[in-house]
Amino acid sequence: MSDAASQIEGIASFSLPEAMRAAIIEQARREAPRECCGIIAGRDGMPTRIYPTTNIAAGNSLYEIDPAELIELEFREMPAHGTELVAIYHSHPVSPAHPSATDIALAFWPDALYLICSLQKSDFPQLRGFRIRDGAVTEVPLVP
Amino acid sequence: MSTDDGIHVLIPTPLRGFTGGEARVDVHGGTVGEALEALAVKFPGLGERLHDEDGQLRRFVNVFVNGQNVRDIAGTATELSPGDEIGIIPAMAGGDAS
Ligand SMILES: [Zn+2]
Repeated sequence: MSDAASQIEGIASFSLPEAMRAAIIEQARREAPRECCGIIAGRDGMPTRIYPTTNIAAGNSLYEIDPAELIELEFREMPAHGTELVAIYHSHPVSPAHPSATDIALAFWPDALYLICSLQKSDFPQLRGFRIRDGAVTEVPLVP
Repeated sequence: MSTDDGIHVLIPTPLRGFTGGEARVDVHGGTVGEALEALAVKFPGLGERLHDEDGQLRRFVNVFVNGQNVRDIAGTATELSPGDEIGIIPAMAGGDAS
C-alpha cells in the first residue's frame, strides 16, 4: 500500500478547501447537463491544487477524463510540483451524490478519494467523498 | 538500471505495487505489444491488469507512445524505436446510469 493510501485510510475526514468546493460546483453547473470531471493534487493527502479536465465520454450520464490530460498530469505536472493525486471528482447532474454501480466498477485508482457533486437539488448542490476499493465504498466526511 | 537502448515505460501510481514502487522501468521490444509483454514477464501480475484473456489491451487502460495514444495509431502493433517512452494510464471514468 502506498503512503497516500495509508494516509487516506488513517484519517476520518478529508479537508477540502472552500475555494475548491466552490470551483467543483461551479464547473458542474457550467457543464451540466453533461457530467464534469477533474482531479485534485496535493501533498500528504492535503489538497494543494485543482485541475479541471475534459470529459471525453459521450452523452450526459458518463464521464471519462481525457487520458492525454491524465498522462500529462500523472507523469509531468504533479511530479514537477512534488505533488500526487489526492482526489478525483465528477458530477451527477440529476442523481444523488453517491457512486453509481459503474463508478464503483471503474474505480481504478484506489488511493484516491472519489468526490461526487450532485446537482439533483439544483439550489442545494451536494458534494460527498468516498474511498472505493475492491468494490467496497466507504464515505469519508468532507471538512473545510 | 536505465539503459539507453531500451524502451522507457512510465508506471502510474496504482500499478507501482507491481514494480516495487518504481515509476519508470526499461524494457526491450520492437512494438508496443512486445514491450508490454516484456513488462508482464518482468513483473508478474502486471500483465493481466493491462490485457484481457485474448491479449487485447483493456478498454479502460490507455497507452501512450511519445505523447500519442496508441489507439489513435496502430494499437499494440505500434512500432517503437530505442529510447521511446511509453506511458500507461488507467482510466478515471464512471457513469451515472444505473
Ligand atoms: Zn458517477
